[in-house]
Amino acid sequence: MTIQDIKDYLEAELVYGEEFLSREVHNACGCDMMSDVLAFVKDQSVLITGLCNPHVIRTAEMMDIICVVFVRGKTPTEEMIEMAKEREIALLTSNHRMFTACGILYQKGLGGGDLC
Amino acid sequence: MLNDHIHLSYEIVSEDFARAGEAASDVKRVLKKMNVKPDIVRKVAIALYEGEINMVIHSLGGTIDVYIMPNEIQMKLEDIGPGIEDIDKAMEEGYSTASETIRNMGFGAGMGLPNMKRYVDDLDIKSGLGQGTRITMRVIL
Ligand SMILES: Nc1ncnc2c1ncn2[C@@H]1O[C@H](COP(=O)(O)OP(=O)(O)OP(=O)(O)O)[C@@H](O)[C@H]1O
Ligand SMILES: [Mg+2]
Repeated sequence: MTIQDIKDYLEAELVYGEEFLSREVHNACGCDMMSDVLAFVKDQSVLITGLCNPHVIRTAEMMDIICVVFVRGKTPTEEMIEMAKEREIALLTSNHRMFTACGILYQKGLGGGDLC
Repeated sequence: MLNDHIHLSYEIVSEDFARAGEAASDVKRVLKKMNVKPDIVRKVAIALYEGEINMVIHSLGGTIDVYIMPNEIQMKLEDIGPGIEDIDKAMEEGYSTASETIRNMGFGAGMGLPNMKRYVDDLDIKSGLGQGTRITMRVIL
């Protein structure tokens, strides 16, 4: 699945990262607590979150996450977009709720990794 | 400490959320530039980020020193208090004293210290109520 696919499946709007749309995503993590995200290490993953502040971008940076999807129509601030540009992280915003967004991607074949 | 090490040093200010994470971010940049293996860089970055955020949220401020040596990376986090009363309890997944305000920022899952332990080869915590907290983490290269 690519970032473009995620954008299509979630009827999401691309906030930043046109040039990264063809990147492959292998795993997903849906979470609002940043340390829960930090417990999950996988390559080429996407973070789906209802939290919308600069710490989300920082967390994604530490994890080498390649794309962040903000649910419930949350829109990142200019500051967050600038941070994402520096770190080459694609940003999407979807009007779906967390559960639905995760469900759609799971149904399309995206996994969440092993049991804890 | 060996002669051929690189020493990075950062001042961490209590409740400075705007800059929280900059130390970990800088260390990550340096390690990447040195062509350290990506999974090692990520381990160091995550552990340091958790430690740095803890200092911003829970402590009155302190310093982070990172030593990059040929065979290992050492991170020393030292703050001036208020300290951790029960370290074993603090190490439990889910234990947190973070306030509602902090939780709304996405912190306070009680996963920071367990994550640090998960990602480093050696974690040592020295603390006590009314003292500062001193954390040493080592990642073997
Ligand atoms: N530097 C510190 N000084 C004082 N207390 C600390 C420090 N670091 C951690 N603690 C205490 O240990 C508890 C557990 O820390 P931990 O990092 O595991 O969770 P958290 O910071 O509360 O939440 P999370 O890290 O998941 O956002 C904290 O809630 C706090 O009470
Ligand atoms: Mg913490």
